[in-house]
Amino acid sequence: MLLTNRSKVVSKKEMTLSEKLYLPAIATGLGITLKHFFQKKATFSYPEVQREFAPVFRGRHVLKRDDQGAERCTACGLCAVACPAEAITMIAAERKRGEEHLYREEKYAEKYEINMLRCIFCGLCEEACPKEAIFLTDRITTAEYHRDTFIYGKDKLVEPIDQRVDVSLRGKPSGRD
Amino acid sequence: MEILFYLLAIVAIASALGVVLSKNPVYSVLSLICTFFAIAAQYILLNAQFLAAVHIIVYAGAIMVLFLFVIMLLNLNILVETQRFTTARLTAAFTGGLLCLVLIAALRSAGDIKAANPANAKIGLIENLGMTLFNQYLLPFEVSSLLFLAAMVGAVVLAKKEIA
Amino acid sequence: MVYCSPWLTEQSFFKEDFTPAHADKFLFNLAPGIAMFVALITGAAIPWGGTLHLFGTDYALQIADLNIGILYISGVVSIGVYGIMLGGWASNNKFALLGAIRASSQMISYEIGMGIAIIAIVMMSGSLSLDEIVRQQAGFHWNIFYQPIGFLIFITCAFAECNRTPFDLPECEQELVGGYHTEYSSMKLGFFMFSEYVNMFISSALMASLYFGGYNMPFIDQLGLPQNVLTLLGTAFLFAKIFFFIFFFMWIRWTIPRFRYDQLMHLGWKVLMPLAIVNMLLTGGAILLKNGL
Repeated sequence: MLLTNRSKVVSKKEMTLSEKLYLPAIATGLGITLKHFFQKKATFSYPEVQREFAPVFRGRHVLKRDDQGAERCTACGLCAVACPAEAITMIAAERKRGEEHLYREEKYAEKYEINMLRCIFCGLCEEACPKEAIFLTDRITTAEYHRDTFIYGKDKLVEPIDQRVDVSLRGKPSGRD
Repeated sequence: MEILFYLLAIVAIASALGVVLSKNPVYSVLSLICTFFAIAAQYILLNAQFLAAVHIIVYAGAIMVLFLFVIMLLNLNILVETQRFTTARLTAAFTGGLLCLVLIAALRSAGDIKAANPANAKIGLIENLGMTLFNQYLLPFEVSSLLFLAAMVGAVVLAKKEIA
Repeated sequence: MVYCSPWLTEQSFFKEDFTPAHADKFLFNLAPGIAMFVALITGAAIPWGGTLHLFGTDYALQIADLNIGILYISGVVSIGVYGIMLGGWASNNKFALLGAIRASSQMISYEIGMGIAIIAIVMMSGSLSLDEIVRQQAGFHWNIFYQPIGFLIFITCAFAECNRTPFDLPECEQELVGGYHTEYSSMKLGFFMFSEYVNMFISSALMASLYFGGYNMPFIDQLGLPQNVLTLLGTAFLFAKIFFFIFFFMWIRWTIPRFRYDQLMHLGWKVLMPLAIVNMLLTGGAILLKNGL
């Protein structure tokens, strides 16, 4: 039964004299090697030249702030529920008086942790989030020496006020705004 | 030239002693190679360049490599080497003594050996050697080549698997 | 060495020099020296150019115009295996020993085909002197046009003698870690690598001299240049040929994967040697026919 029409029938026929000499085959091989000199290289010399990420690339997460600089996350827990790898844990807390400039809603995440060793970067947390608070970015999760350091807390996840992370491209290809 | 001759002779004899005296067979082989080089250098002093080159190629380059090859494969060392029988030792000494006797007798009966003048001796150069070999000594040359052919065929026959 | 570039080799000079505890110290240190020495002295017999006429004296661009140039080179090449063998044995390492054994049997096997291929050239030119062989190829009478099969045998054997891909079994890293130089480091490893590269250079020079006219270039005599300029141009041309062959060495390495060991022996003994003998007989017959029997 043929599953595809690409399969080849293996034959063990005797080689002809010109095939036994191997010289034509060697010449063909050398030609192919030479051809590759003049083709575009498939590799980059990494530290100097860096390959651009695709717009749909899903890297390290960011917890966004709104325009006034207040955290968007309300600790609803939908991302943790959506997460298939169970990488997200959080503890919610109530916003105190005088903290309005820090947290946008009355409830916020006191503790928000993502275990980067568990995370599979599927992006379901981003899709589940009703407040547009969590996004996956084009940044890379760095390698570490200890397992503990892979658990990212709010210090690593929340974007700094003076260094906003651009997520304008996120979600565009899948049709969301 | 004379100093060079004596120097090479000393090197040859010293390394020949090394072949017999060294405990490790690998060092024996290396000393033998050293001896061959000293002898090849003597040939060059006698203006026999062809002989020197062939000596190096055949003995140092091929035969000794095979010797070394076998010694490495067997990995002979002092611990494994068993004590030889005294009778075998006595026989070896006796045979060696006989060979020495024959050599001395031959040298004595040869009479005066005329010293060849190396500067004039062009016999070692390839053209003259080829002329002599293929005119004067053609028959011995061909007979010895037949001998080699027979040896080669014999080796192939021995190496071939027996046909049941 | 597989991932060796001259840059890497230079790096290895600054690395720690390590000698294994159970190695034979004397031979372990001697072996890279032998490899390097033997690789370097081959260059003495190769004619790098014609004669330079300076201040009323003629200088031949050849260190020694030996009467037995070709024999000298094959003698030195046959000695070259000792460096590898002793290095592999003295390391007291199974992989190194296997590499050394492979190297020695491979080199002995391919020396024969190479020697018989050169004999055909010697028969044509009637001289063992390399300078004489190169001079006879003046004009465009390069030996490659008369000895294509001989050249093919020679270049295959040269690859095997230099332990280059596809014949780099003595150091094949998938099976033998690093082969005969598994235990070597630093400058000694550098010596082994350099000797391989020097061997590559010398065999390229030999191929250029024996088959591609050496320092001769076609139709240059018609330009009417002075002797010294001709000589220098000839040397430059020889080096261009050498660089082409070195490129060819690398080109083959980028293209062809390694042989299996039985294939290697089969090629050496059952293909190249009979072919070389047939080539020699054909050359002899052609010379007889040309001289009118």
